[in-house]
Amino acid sequence: MCSDRTSIENRSSLLTMEHIEKVFNGDVVALKDMNLQINLGDFVSLLGPSGCGKSTALRLIAGLLSPTSGSIQWSGGQSLDDLSIVFQEPTLMPWATVAKNVWLPFRLRGQSYKAVKSRILNVLSLVGLENFEDAYPRELSGGMKMRVSIARALVTNPRLILMDEPFAALDEITRLKLDNDLLELKEKIGCTVVFVTHSVFESVFLSDRIVVMAARPGRVIRELQIDAPYPRSGGFSTSVEYAEYNRTVSDALKDAMALAA
Amino acid sequence: MNAKSSFTLTIDTDELKRARRERINRIAKWILPSTVLVLSLFIWHFYVTINEVPHYILPGPLKVAESTVTDWEILWPATLVTWRLTMWALVMAVAGGVILAVAFTQSRWVEMSFFPYAVILQVTPVIAVAPLLQIYVDSAFLAALLCAWIVAFFPILSNTTIGLKSADHNLQDLFSIYGATRWQRLRYLAAPSALPFFIGGLKIAGGLALIGAVVAEFVIGRAGTGLGLASTLLEASYRFNFGRLYAALILISLMGVVIFVIMSLISHLALRHWHESALKREQ
Ligand SMILES: Nc1ncnc2c1ncn2[C@@H]1O[C@H](COP(=O)(O)OP(=O)(O)OP(=O)(O)O)[C@@H](O)[C@H]1O
Ligand SMILES: [Mg+2]
Repeated sequence: MCSDRTSIENRSSLLTMEHIEKVFNGDVVALKDMNLQINLGDFVSLLGPSGCGKSTALRLIAGLLSPTSGSIQWSGGQSLDDLSIVFQEPTLMPWATVAKNVWLPFRLRGQSYKAVKSRILNVLSLVGLENFEDAYPRELSGGMKMRVSIARALVTNPRLILMDEPFAALDEITRLKLDNDLLELKEKIGCTVVFVTHSVFESVFLSDRIVVMAARPGRVIRELQIDAPYPRSGGFSTSVEYAEYNRTVSDALKDAMALAA
Repeated sequence: MNAKSSFTLTIDTDELKRARRERINRIAKWILPSTVLVLSLFIWHFYVTINEVPHYILPGPLKVAESTVTDWEILWPATLVTWRLTMWALVMAVAGGVILAVAFTQSRWVEMSFFPYAVILQVTPVIAVAPLLQIYVDSAFLAALLCAWIVAFFPILSNTTIGLKSADHNLQDLFSIYGATRWQRLRYLAAPSALPFFIGGLKIAGGLALIGAVVAEFVIGRAGTGLGLASTLLEASYRFNFGRLYAALILISLMGVVIFVIMSLISHLALRHWHESALKREQ
């Protein structure tokens, strides 16, 4: 556990959000003075009540929004050109087959389907969807659609994956399974993940760091380390340690909600 | 053991019942309308013969059939003219509507500049424009074509414009993240999203193109230019040739049906894999 902790602290910085403020329509303050550092290899969860600016923070990192003031410093000087994003909805193109959906990031960079076909099939089997490449999204269950969405995010081997409550719309059983698989995939690929969630349990199970946010205005109020080693598929979710972390994080979340109220 | 066999038995009878209902439905779908048709023809026939209705007021079905055969030399070329008119109008409506819709969605300035005129074109009754076109355009066919085009073009334009703007917001963001160009956005996201809307517009435009063609022929074909079926119909009415009039009317209706079937087929082929409107639900 201790060794894991030091390895976390030795990680090099990927990006730093400095005094970020985001105001919508001149008066909706979504984020105010948000500071956050994300390191290479992190699994960071953003946890907080609805409307505290989690999605806004994610979209700022993705470059879909620009901050009203403050800045995001990327370690390489430039924002990543290989980040990917997973939304709460699977966000698939209904007119395209599973394989063609996963092809999208390549296609937009001018790579032919043939050239990347093996990578596509590979990532599909990685997320447990071998033999589904020719299916259309409507033929899949909610969980399977989400897997396609994850495959599309993974297929380019991005250094950073942003996930905005990706499993919130799924049933509990599917969600637990996907949480497990996500951790496994992350270890395999070695990417950095920023994960938005409403769920204390999910955030504790997945993350090595949890960022608790409060609303009105949206800001970071606490950062908590989860020092349990990966892989966590074994006993972690039933351990005393896990229960303890859940209590700590729940308390932090309660504080956040009290601040907002 | 016993329970199990009775279980499979109920499934089997259920299955059989469903299959039978399905079969009956399939047959009824054809038998019922056909029966209605035959019955109406009989009633029409006997009404005309028993009341001795003169044929210049209401010709019987036999008289209409006879006219269809004897006047075929006139009716068939006229049918071809109206068909060509309708199809050209439709093709031009698709081309014009889609090009303008793309221009609208690519540039707000273009939309602001031209949308009001597209609306004006749409709301001005074509029947009021037709005589003018007849004056300015030498070819009667071309003048009629323009009329039919004006009528058919707007649903394609407005539907495609809405469709092109209807792409999922998260997908749009995804395209931004992957650095998609304008062209890629249009080709891979906006266009497929617009397809069901476009098809909806096409279905309406197909019917409207025929209506436009008929109206244009009424107005423009009057001056002895001898256009298509509608001109033939009008001329027959002047001559109290009601057999030919009804034959022409039936041919126009048939043409409408053919267009409807073609449009439904196109819709099915284009959307069958993915769009809700084209999916058969398992019962
Ligand atoms: N495009 C926008 N225009 C105006 N206001 C916005 C916009 N996007 C977000 N907001 C506002 O910013 C605040 C933060 O929104 P955000 O979506 O980031 O919250 P969130 O933490 O993701 O909430 P949730 O958990 O419900 O998804 C909210 O008050 C929201 O109304
Ligand atoms: Mg959100």
